[in-house]
Amino acid sequence: MAAGVAARQAELEKCPTGLQGLDEITGGGLPRGRPTLVCGDAGSGKTILAMQFLVNGITRYGEPGVFVAFEENAQDLATNMASMGIDLQQLCAENRLAIDWVRIEPGEIEEAGEYDLAGLFVRIECALQRVHGRRIALDSIEALFSSLKDQNLLRSELRRLFSWLKEQQLTALITGERGDGRLTRNGLEEYVADCVIALDHQLENQVSMRHLRVVKYRGSAHGGNEYPFLIDRRGISVFPITSVGLDCPAPSERISTGVPRLDAMLRGGGVYRGSTILVSGAAGTGKTSLAAHFVRAACERGERALYFAFEESREQIIRNMRSIGIDLAPWMERDLLRFHASRPSLCGLETHLAGILGKVEEFRPRVIVLDPMTDFVAVGSHQEVKSMLTRLIDFLKMEQVTAFFTSLTLAEHAVEQSEAGISSLIDCWLLLRSLEQNGERTRVLYLLKSRGTAHSAQIREFLLTDAGVDLVDVCVSEAGVLTGSARREYEARQAEAALGRKEDVERKRLRLERRRQEIEEQIGGLRRQLEDEEREVTASIQNIVHTNERARANREAMTISREGGALCSPGEERSQA
Amino acid sequence: MTVVCEAAGETTTCWELRLYVAGHTPKSVAAFANLHKICDEHLKGRYRIEVIDLAKQPQLAAGDQILAVPTLVRNLPPPLRKMIGDLSNTERVLVGLDIRIASGKE
Repeated sequence: MAAGVAARQAELEKCPTGLQGLDEITGGGLPRGRPTLVCGDAGSGKTILAMQFLVNGITRYGEPGVFVAFEENAQDLATNMASMGIDLQQLCAENRLAIDWVRIEPGEIEEAGEYDLAGLFVRIECALQRVHGRRIALDSIEALFSSLKDQNLLRSELRRLFSWLKEQQLTALITGERGDGRLTRNGLEEYVADCVIALDHQLENQVSMRHLRVVKYRGSAHGGNEYPFLIDRRGISVFPITSVGLDCPAPSERISTGVPRLDAMLRGGGVYRGSTILVSGAAGTGKTSLAAHFVRAACERGERALYFAFEESREQIIRNMRSIGIDLAPWMERDLLRFHASRPSLCGLETHLAGILGKVEEFRPRVIVLDPMTDFVAVGSHQEVKSMLTRLIDFLKMEQVTAFFTSLTLAEHAVEQSEAGISSLIDCWLLLRSLEQNGERTRVLYLLKSRGTAHSAQIREFLLTDAGVDLVDVCVSEAGVLTGSARREYEARQAEAALGRKEDVERKRLRLERRRQEIEEQIGGLRRQLEDEEREVTASIQNIVHTNERARANREAMTISREGGALCSPGEERSQA
Repeated sequence: MTVVCEAAGETTTCWELRLYVAGHTPKSVAAFANLHKICDEHLKGRYRIEVIDLAKQPQLAAGDQILAVPTLVRNLPPPLRKMIGDLSNTERVLVGLDIRIASGKE
């Protein structure tokens, strides 16, 4: 028996709904040849889901379908679907779609005796035969419960209907209203046990949020989370976070940010294509200006750029960017650049996401700008914003669209935390900061991170000139980083000081020279003095020598004269002396 | 299977009844028999019954908004009335078709 179950699981064939996100959650679609129950409150999108299931089946997979409507008539359905660009009447005329409106007016039908629902069976069979239907939607069969009194009979007939649908190998989608504490009001889930999808519609922060959940899928793995979805003019869009994995391509091509000095800071020139750039900064730090550079650079390369503005109108941005020498208007005329300006609070996050994805798919840009993405926090919680941005970034990476986000930071000190927790999703993070020094506010830019590229860790002064953004090396003095007029003043002072030092050296050299002369003069004097003394001493020595010689000569003369006169004994002579 | 309205005069309304069945099932046979019995009793000569077998004419089911079978539809006199079941509950049929009052008036 276990082997039988395994075999059935292995061969469980999926019937794609054509709703990309839903097919991803369910691993390929609804169980083929089996009924699926879609339950939810009124207005949760059951009918649209059912109809899209059929229409996609017809237009994309060549599987005609039958729509059995218990609530809306064919005309209303056609009108409702026309707003999503689906022409039901055309499909009906081509005999690819059959719509059977089962009109039920409670109280109109009297019951007198036993009956069965063969009439309904006949109708369904008839419609199926006419279009060779492979898919069927019953919306919402629960209406029968309010019109028929014999509930037991109804239940057994429904059971018979569902098993008949299974026998016919029809992929069926049955809708049901959610009941108190149950999936459906009348317990339809008891009969349709193969696959159950719940739709949910709630208001969060006054913004409507829709969620889809696969409650049960017998014999198939499926995502069990609540996935946000939305209904717009393209119908239902489900965006499972799993719909894009981490297997996106990573091109090594670099593209310019539009600011040469910034490209230089990212060693190797610019950012990777398909990467995500975040520019954070307080109000008025030049985020939009950087974005404009980025967009202009893309247009100059001949690439399409899409600019989502959430705070300024298109005209405002174009006018403001002209003041820094960036004219975006020509690129718009050439349809390389498109703007989409809307208020974030206009609709829910999911609607925004769908809108952005839709416009990206439509225009196929190579770069997009979201300015500023932080505004989304006003619409959803941080968690929801992160979830939405994750999906957006993943999608853009898959499409290799380079994304440029700006982020308005309120408190400068909290900048690293105020990024809706998405900093981990960002490849290249630029920080713009304003510095207040000497009664002046200046801007500086630095790279907080840049994945996969060596990058400068230096702070650059960020200048908004008539010719756009310029980055200048900052001055680092004893007093710290200097920018703006302080930097200019410092530079001037430095130059002045250098000049002063040069004069000083000259002066010192002169003084030394003078001193040398003085000392040498002194040396000369002393030397002369010495010579004089030397001469005097020599003279006096010679004098003494002369005197000595004269004395000896005298003694010798006397001795000689004594030897000639009276002789005396040496002893006598000594005692006399 | 159609009973001709014999006494259709200018003043009296002929009852036009339509019975939808799906094949010859016990329920459809019973319904037909019950209907005949009731009509013979209360509307003698003033009724016409058309039996539509949806097994043979399935396309009529959608057009006439048939859901359950057997279904009895009173096309005339207006307003249109619908009744489902094998018509075994005579009391309900009379009330549902408004026959008693109609016959009582005459």
